[in-house]
Amino acid sequence: MSRPKPSQPDATVLTGAHYLDGDEACAEGAIAAGCRFFAGYPITPSTEIAERIASRFPLVGGTFIQMEDELASMAAILGGAWGGAKAMTVTSGPGFSLMMENIGLGIMTETPCVVVNVQRGGPSTGLPTLTGQQDMMQARWGSHGDYEVIALSPSSPQECFDLTITAFGLSERYRLPVLFMMDECVGHMTEKVVIPPAEDIPVIERRWYRGPKESYLPYQAGPDKVPDMVRAGDDYRIHITGLTHDERGYPVINAACQSVCVSRLVDKIRDNAGDIVITDEEAVDGADVVVVSYGISYRVATRAIALARAEGIKVGSVRLVTVWPFPEARIAELSRKVKALVMPEINLGQMYRELQRAAAGNCRTLLIPHCGGWVHDPNDVLAAIREGAK
Amino acid sequence: MSELLTTPAPGGPVVEEERHPHEPFLRMDRIPHIWCSTCGLGTVLNCYITAIQRSSVPRADHTIVSGIGCTGRAAGYVKIDSFHTTHGRALPFATGLKLANPRLKVTVFSGDGDLVAIGGNHLIHAARRNMDMTVICVNNFNYAMTGGQFGPTTPEGAKLTTAPYGSYEHPFNIPFLVDSCGATYVARWTSLHVREMIETLVEALNHRGFSFVEVISPCPTVYARRNRLGTGLDLLKYYHDSAEVRHGADTRDVDISFKGRIIVGRFVQRCKPTYLDTMDAALGRSVGKEFVCYEGPMQASDGRS
Amino acid sequence: MKYWRRPLDADHCRSPHGIVHIIINRCKGCGFCINYCPKQVLEFSRHFNRKGYHPPVVVKPEACVDCGLCGAICPEFAIWSTPNPECILDEPAEAKPA
Ligand SMILES: Cc1ncc(C[n+]2csc(CCOP(=O)(O)OP(=O)(O)O)c2C)c(N)n1
Ligand code: SF4
Ligand code: SF4
Ligand code: SF4
Ligand SMILES: [Mg+2]
Repeated sequence: MSRPKPSQPDATVLTGAHYLDGDEACAEGAIAAGCRFFAGYPITPSTEIAERIASRFPLVGGTFIQMEDELASMAAILGGAWGGAKAMTVTSGPGFSLMMENIGLGIMTETPCVVVNVQRGGPSTGLPTLTGQQDMMQARWGSHGDYEVIALSPSSPQECFDLTITAFGLSERYRLPVLFMMDECVGHMTEKVVIPPAEDIPVIERRWYRGPKESYLPYQAGPDKVPDMVRAGDDYRIHITGLTHDERGYPVINAACQSVCVSRLVDKIRDNAGDIVITDEEAVDGADVVVVSYGISYRVATRAIALARAEGIKVGSVRLVTVWPFPEARIAELSRKVKALVMPEINLGQMYRELQRAAAGNCRTLLIPHCGGWVHDPNDVLAAIREGAK
Repeated sequence: MSELLTTPAPGGPVVEEERHPHEPFLRMDRIPHIWCSTCGLGTVLNCYITAIQRSSVPRADHTIVSGIGCTGRAAGYVKIDSFHTTHGRALPFATGLKLANPRLKVTVFSGDGDLVAIGGNHLIHAARRNMDMTVICVNNFNYAMTGGQFGPTTPEGAKLTTAPYGSYEHPFNIPFLVDSCGATYVARWTSLHVREMIETLVEALNHRGFSFVEVISPCPTVYARRNRLGTGLDLLKYYHDSAEVRHGADTRDVDISFKGRIIVGRFVQRCKPTYLDTMDAALGRSVGKEFVCYEGPMQASDGRS
Repeated sequence: MKYWRRPLDADHCRSPHGIVHIIINRCKGCGFCINYCPKQVLEFSRHFNRKGYHPPVVVKPEACVDCGLCGAICPEFAIWSTPNPECILDEPAEAKPA
């Protein structure tokens, strides 16, 4: 770990070029984004993030606590956020399962925070040290009830840094737990990471309520459907509950209030999807085949795409930087222009279902599945590209 | 007729348009509360509200966190920052609140099932860390909100919907549990002991470290009915007859059996560095000059910190 | 009231008399206040309140010592006492210099 030199005036943002793994870069991204409260429970392959935070926080004025389990970690970061801190927890599949109920509490109470899942192979204890992308649907639907989420998936240590900052920004902007879906390969891959000067880092601050105290209603939203926030201890006398609630935050147990409450939670993401969704496209215009990928699978796909191009196949790439919300409109548009959409993912077809749904039969959709434990062989992706180009 | 009319009978003073002295601390737009007639929960809430006013903590710093259950509804009635979380997770949520804003006086107000069953792991760890917060654990010996199932505090022999022939599990002695885990203030009263409970709650709120107050309280609707123990008033009479005040009692001796004696009092009061004390001291020592103490919560609009 | 010893200020102080306040329609008729009032000031009313409960009624107003127990034990925030200023002192406070 590159510890700041004592002479360095500000240890917060380690501006410069570093050689970091994805986990370490994620921790640095969190610090640069202003995260100052961390609660977690060790689990491979996410532990290095917690370790990096534990050693860095005392130098930057953050509070780290190792909780007794992931149920506690998730609850603690929600408390931390209401206490007025930017808060984060990190885990992997088994811990992610334990966090689900309180991710739902975070959605319902509109609590900004970031939950990192460095995915490994599952189900159950599965492959603790080996990669997977099998929690993608769990990220979307893992907590009970109806809701929308925002999830991102980095493909490199540099992105683990950059997108952690984006994740914090989205969580503050839209007030919800943002899920940061890394995987073991990206987490443990060591590459050059460039940390920009602090002033060039786009840090988004909390949507503090600025009106008169008497007229504050915790769940009164503006045109963007996101309410402004206050923190505990400022005498607003807020009531915050996981029960269905009205604008005052008071529980109202009936269908009418449920409709207003849940619709807004969903609509604040759906209506703003254009602002939230990030994709990274390359050579899609005029392509016969487009490979749609995310996370570590994108890295494998780039190799397969290069091989296919060498064979003269017109192939483009769409990388899902935000995996949720899914870029439905864009995929639908592409499906009308290409012969095939090809998706490699380290599971037996999760985001692929979304791809199929968005493509709606306009073109062929090909899944390159993988059970986890290792990344795809680029030749398998190449074979699918060839098949799609037929 | 005004809601605020008094005494309908001859001889009584007639006082009009008056407000209960606790009303400024209650969300009056949510009163009456949902609790049953002769339930003890309202009494405990009443005493807590008295105690926060008598404590040395400014009102804005008082924060209440509840889990889920009849008791868990308490957070929804107090006009201070209040959080109604998930079943069992009030303590870790409260831990996050406290660490993010150490100025807060965080009180967890929840039931025996919430704190000792589903949240038991968090309870022992919060006590172990001597996390600076107050816990009010209302023990009605069952999961009341879900209709009266047995739980880890149900005395052996008591009948409940999932123990139709009487519970045969060994119950927790909660004061002993939290004492042995490191709690630095431990007391127990019943909802009949209102003066003592208020005094104790004030002490607990002023205490630095993990303070824990168990309040034995009647659940007439499910627990008492199933066990033919009568109304809440009958249970208060039982508390009156079987409570034994023993300050400083060895917590090993304060277990409660079905219809048995209830030892009450302040059992533990000791000084020990809190979680934040030990954290700051240890990091200050080992990290040295580079150590930057937690900078506090982000500045909100009104600039309070 | 009977004292086990004569209080030092008994010549000019009486035990404080209280006024009992009851919000009858907030009461859920648990009887806690009635049963545990040390002075038996209260009884169940024969009347029903709007919720269908029998609220307490003050039967011995002069006996109330403003101990506050009814106010503390009431689960409904429906009853409380306040000192009756006319009954606290026989003489003005300046009668006894500090
Ligand atoms: C995860 C979860 N499991 C179960 C429940 C159902 N549930 C709600 S309250 C409760 C028991 C509450 O018991 P206690 O904490 O003793 O409170 P009481 O109602 O007795 O005051 C249960 C099991 C729930 N809400 N969440
Ligand atoms: S069910 Fe029991 S604990 Fe719940 S409000 Fe009724 S009497 Fe009280
Ligand atoms: S204040 Fe005391 S004496 Fe007066 S009515 Fe209430 S309980 Fe009885
Ligand atoms: S204690 Fe309160 S609710 Fe119970 S009878 Fe008296 S006034 Fe009514
Ligand atoms: Mg209970």
